Amino acid sequence: MQRIGVFVCHCGTNIAATVDVKAVAEALSHEPGVVVSQDYQYMCSESGQNLVKDAIKEHKLTGIVICSCSPRMHENTFRKAAAAAGLNPYLVEIANVREQCSWIHKDIATATDKAVILGKAAVAKVHLNAPLTSMESPVVKRALVIGGGIAGIQTALDIAEAGFDVDIVEKQPTIGGKMAQIDKTFPTLDCAACILTPKMVEAAQNEKIHIHSFSEVTDVKGFVGNFTVTIKKKARYVDETKCTGCGLCTEKCPMKKVPNEFNMGLDNRTAIYIPFAQAVPKVATIDPNYCLMMKTGKCGVCSKMCSVGAIDYKQQDQLIEEKYGAIVVATGFNPIKLDKFDEFAYSHSPDVVTSLELERLMNAAGPNGGTLLRPSDKKHPHTIVFVQCVGSRCDDEKGKPYCSKICCMYTAKHAMLIREKYPDTEVYVFYIDVRTPGKNFDEFYRRAVEQYNVHYIKGMVGKVTPKSDGQLDVQASDLLANEQLHINADMVVLAAAIEPDKTARPLATMLTTQMDTNDFFTEAHPKLRPVESATAGIFLSGACQGPKDIPETVAQASAAAAKAIGLLCKNSITCNPCVAQSDELMCNGCSSCEKVCPYGAITYTDKEFRMPDRTTAIRRVASVNPAVCQGCGACTVACPSGAMDLKGFSNSQIMAEVDAICK
Amino acid sequence: MNKYLKEQVLRSSGANVLKCMRCGKCSATCPSYDEMEYHPHQFVYMVEKGDIETLMKSESIYKCLTCFACVDRCPRGVEPAKVVEAVRLAAERQQGGDRLVPTDIPELLDDELPQQAIVTAFRKYTK
Repeated sequence: MQRIGVFVCHCGTNIAATVDVKAVAEALSHEPGVVVSQDYQYMCSESGQNLVKDAIKEHKLTGIVICSCSPRMHENTFRKAAAAAGLNPYLVEIANVREQCSWIHKDIATATDKAVILGKAAVAKVHLNAPLTSMESPVVKRALVIGGGIAGIQTALDIAEAGFDVDIVEKQPTIGGKMAQIDKTFPTLDCAACILTPKMVEAAQNEKIHIHSFSEVTDVKGFVGNFTVTIKKKARYVDETKCTGCGLCTEKCPMKKVPNEFNMGLDNRTAIYIPFAQAVPKVATIDPNYCLMMKTGKCGVCSKMCSVGAIDYKQQDQLIEEKYGAIVVATGFNPIKLDKFDEFAYSHSPDVVTSLELERLMNAAGPNGGTLLRPSDKKHPHTIVFVQCVGSRCDDEKGKPYCSKICCMYTAKHAMLIREKYPDTEVYVFYIDVRTPGKNFDEFYRRAVEQYNVHYIKGMVGKVTPKSDGQLDVQASDLLANEQLHINADMVVLAAAIEPDKTARPLATMLTTQMDTNDFFTEAHPKLRPVESATAGIFLSGACQGPKDIPETVAQASAAAAKAIGLLCKNSITCNPCVAQSDELMCNGCSSCEKVCPYGAITYTDKEFRMPDRTTAIRRVASVNPAVCQGCGACTVACPSGAMDLKGFSNSQIMAEVDAICK
Repeated sequence: MNKYLKEQVLRSSGANVLKCMRCGKCSATCPSYDEMEYHPHQFVYMVEKGDIETLMKSESIYKCLTCFACVDRCPRGVEPAKVVEAVRLAAERQQGGDRLVPTDIPELLDDELPQQAIVTAFRKYTK
């Protein structure tokens, strides 16, 4: 005979204001098997937990139902309390009377009725609960970091520092990411390369860190502590182990008209190239779309020039497989394409540039050697207009609904740097709001206004028209003066919204992690678990989780590393015992479950069975690897013969709940 | 604040003025800006405040070309031109609110003016 205890939580007024908790406790006390039913103000508090523990001992309870918040919130708390009182933790059931009841209902009578029904369902289920024991699964002591920008580099350095091996997979030929393209960083105005490149070198030289540049993740299998990842090392047609990065091939390559993506297409590179001088690894890469040898079979200059024989035109993509205990996603961001914003004449005039293009135009290693010149005629610009929120805070399909966060600060930086270097250049910034929360950030913006006399105008640019004299007519509104302005500008700089890298979505599918509607990775909890994904063992670092500046990215990168290290430090982890199991006598070997299993946990084996007539027969039956199974339940639904069952959520338990609700 | 008028304007325009983030791009893009006493962004804000009678009395409601540049470029999908049009309709629907009466037409006629323009103006400026 079951002896069940029911505990109804007030959650302060969160539940008690909409649900009559005393009535719920009273109603549930009459359910079969219930020997004690009481309510308490905060069940999760220490005294609330003690109430449960004492009741277990006093009434010799065999099952517990807690009517409280979502099991995602406190199921673990109550399971631990039960275990401390000697009851198997899987004999605890939660009826969610907060998120599914009090928070969504206004009427007390209906909410109370529903709370009673949810409680009855939980009581019906707990009758059939069986004690479950967790298994242990070993942890592979190696981490994978996907993305080699500042986020990935920082995470890898921190994990390596703790003594674990860590691999960085970067799709570009070099690590460094967006920060390598940036000229100066706010709010200190120190040079981005000066602070980034030492970290890149540190990562390359650290014997615990292994960089797979020009590589992509193509497949992820397994689970927390034991991921198997396939990495595609794309053919760069240069032997990485031989190339010394001397650069002779890039000097001599006759194909010199390839748009240079590192400089945002503002100048050209050669078909064999090293993205920039401080690239890590400093290894040349051949662009097969432009290489004369690979397109026509005639050239081979680089091969002749290379003294170490590193050039290999026949190199193939290579797949490698590696095991990891933890994976950190650091796939970063890109500025959005501006083809839907015709009004700013971005595609009509070379003098309308994005902010990232301006970074390259002002960078000493950029196309103009650090002198800011108009792209169209290479003349010194005297009037520059900055437009904020281009594609950010948009409520339509043209842009993004969110604030890109970094634009206010980098525009203030650009404006200041230009005024500092070229005091004869007038700078206008059109803003909707200036958003500068952050340490020393608003002071920085105020410096642009007060010290550098940058003209900040509250309003938006409506139209940019290239004129016949080569200048740009900028038509804009000045909302505070209530007038429409026309400014003759030499250059217009657009603060384009930022979006997650395009590789993020297919990666999220491979990792079975969640994304929001904007393709940013979703954290496990927006406040309390900001660097973990909801999938165990997958951590988030940098702008792949949301727009971030460099200080925030580095902070989050280290936080993600700390979480990964916490996992890697363990020799084994406790597995969820709520896994599927197959009843071999009922299984007909149809493979339906194997096909729907997203984790590859189900395999088929041929097994010998004794038949009723005392003969033996070999039958093909499913078996579940409990270490790989995540307990999603897909197989139990797919199984046509009812052989597959999920421990803790068995078919009979679910039916008992449904019956209780429908009674 | 005229609640009845505000509701009428909101309903007939179908616009949600609360979506406005006060960027002023509508007024930045407006080709009739200099002709208007109240500018597109002010229409949106004043309708939100319910100050509609002031707008109804202003010549601005007849200066909007209904070119829809503001509707096209508004990042928030507020549709200011529809708000202006709704205020104009509110003015015209009042007793004697017609901007154009048939007896005025013979005087307006000239050989250069396409008849289509008169038909359009008649449709736009009368209830």
